[in-house]
Amino acid sequence: MDHFPTNWGNPRSEDVDNYNTYPVASHIGTVPHSVRQIAGFGHTNGHPTSHTQQPVVTGTSVLGIKFKGGVMMAADNLASYGSLARFRDVERLHQVADFTVLGASGDMSDFQYVKHLLDSQMIKEYNADDGHTLATPNIYEYLWRVMYNRRSKMNPLWNTFVLGGFHKGEGFLGAIDLKGTPYQSASIATGFGSHLAQPILRKEIELRGGEENITQEQAVEILKKCMKVLWYRDARSMNKFQLASITEAGVTISAPMSVETEWAFAEKIRGYGA
Amino acid sequence: MFRNQYDNDISTWSPQGRLHQIEYALEAVKQGSASVGLRSKTHVVLLALKRSSGELASHQQKLFRIDNHMGIAIAGLVSDARVLSNFMRTECMKSKMMYDRPMPGSRLVSMIGDKAQANTQNYGRRPYGVGLLVGSYDEDTGAHLYECLPNANCLEYVAVSIGAKSQSAKTYLEKFAKDFDETDADGLIMHGLHALRETLQQDKELNMDNCSIGVVGKDKDWELIEGDRLKAYLDQLESGAATTETGAGEAMDTE
Repeated sequence: MDHFPTNWGNPRSEDVDNYNTYPVASHIGTVPHSVRQIAGFGHTNGHPTSHTQQPVVTGTSVLGIKFKGGVMMAADNLASYGSLARFRDVERLHQVADFTVLGASGDMSDFQYVKHLLDSQMIKEYNADDGHTLATPNIYEYLWRVMYNRRSKMNPLWNTFVLGGFHKGEGFLGAIDLKGTPYQSASIATGFGSHLAQPILRKEIELRGGEENITQEQAVEILKKCMKVLWYRDARSMNKFQLASITEAGVTISAPMSVETEWAFAEKIRGYGA
Repeated sequence: MFRNQYDNDISTWSPQGRLHQIEYALEAVKQGSASVGLRSKTHVVLLALKRSSGELASHQQKLFRIDNHMGIAIAGLVSDARVLSNFMRTECMKSKMMYDRPMPGSRLVSMIGDKAQANTQNYGRRPYGVGLLVGSYDEDTGAHLYECLPNANCLEYVAVSIGAKSQSAKTYLEKFAKDFDETDADGLIMHGLHALRETLQQDKELNMDNCSIGVVGKDKDWELIEGDRLKAYLDQLESGAATTETGAGEAMDTE
């Protein structure tokens, strides 16, 4: 029904959009061809060309740390829709190759697209069947090119990726952000984790005198500690997360796990407890 | 004027099941001066005999660097070879740019095969008039030597030769090929020079001007051997030839 009393009793006008739906469907055909040809005008569906302005369904921090003989990564299983904990069983650690794992924070649909891109590359490589494979540094370079190309089109893939791998007897740990900035380090944390977890990771490495003095078991404990801190303080996190280890033996991605937490203190804090 | 009615265009079969234009293109390769290639497990050596159109003219380039890990030797139409080497260089740069990985030799060779094949199946086109020897060293799979011909055949070899009188070089290479796997780069070069010498016309000699050598291998970027180093190899070839009939045996003793 028409909710505008001024229209009552008058014939409907095709030029007025009563329900404020843009674009007016009937207008598509009326835009002159010459106008539609103008670059940036948009698509034939009547919408203007739009680029990603903000992420929609998002994943929070991804953590990574090197240890003696490999790399360990962690990410929780939550994909938020704004502040709503919308999808609670999302796997944000993805095995790309025999010795490579991709972790993603940021927009989850862009992550799915990148997974598809990388999987296609790996299938192409497998089909060549000539003894050559893409090692972690090759995949990292490719991912970098993809991210930088998209930012150059002013249409970035809204993610910060962490790539962990094992190549030529050494662990590989690198991050790439939505602007295509590559960054390799002994420890990496994206998103809120870069504020909350990265200082812990760096301190743990420094205390032990470098990542070569960290065992795989210690790496697990360090990451669990960081995930606990993030669960306490990052409102977009969840106490259900997975760990991935990449070593000489290959990739292992754990089942979802959680950490013991203590909330009794909240009782005594005004605004927290009951 | 025509040898028969089936050689006017590329895409018409003769009743004998042959495509004459393709066979003529293979003849263009045989008109070119010879190129020789041979490999060990770790190195590939390419050698070529260069021609010049006269005493005042320079010699035609026969060896081309494609990338640090790859080079080619050619026989036939140099202009076609330049187009192909340009393509190969571009593909190698793409691989470096996209994946930070040197282009695997086998993949580039099969890409050339695809390009050459398209030229043998489409009406109105002509096959390339050049044969290529591709030498590449791949970190994963080691040293490789490939031959690419206008009929789009791409084959891998331990040692091979293309161009004028290349059969003489092949005969020499076949005699020693079983030793090549374990031969060092110097040994390969001497064998290569002996093979190349077999392709010379009578009363001609290999010299600094008409001979090119290129080497690529493990921890060894593609390099042309020129000047004093080339002279040293040529001197060794000459002295070896003066003393014994199978001079290559000496190079092998130094392994």
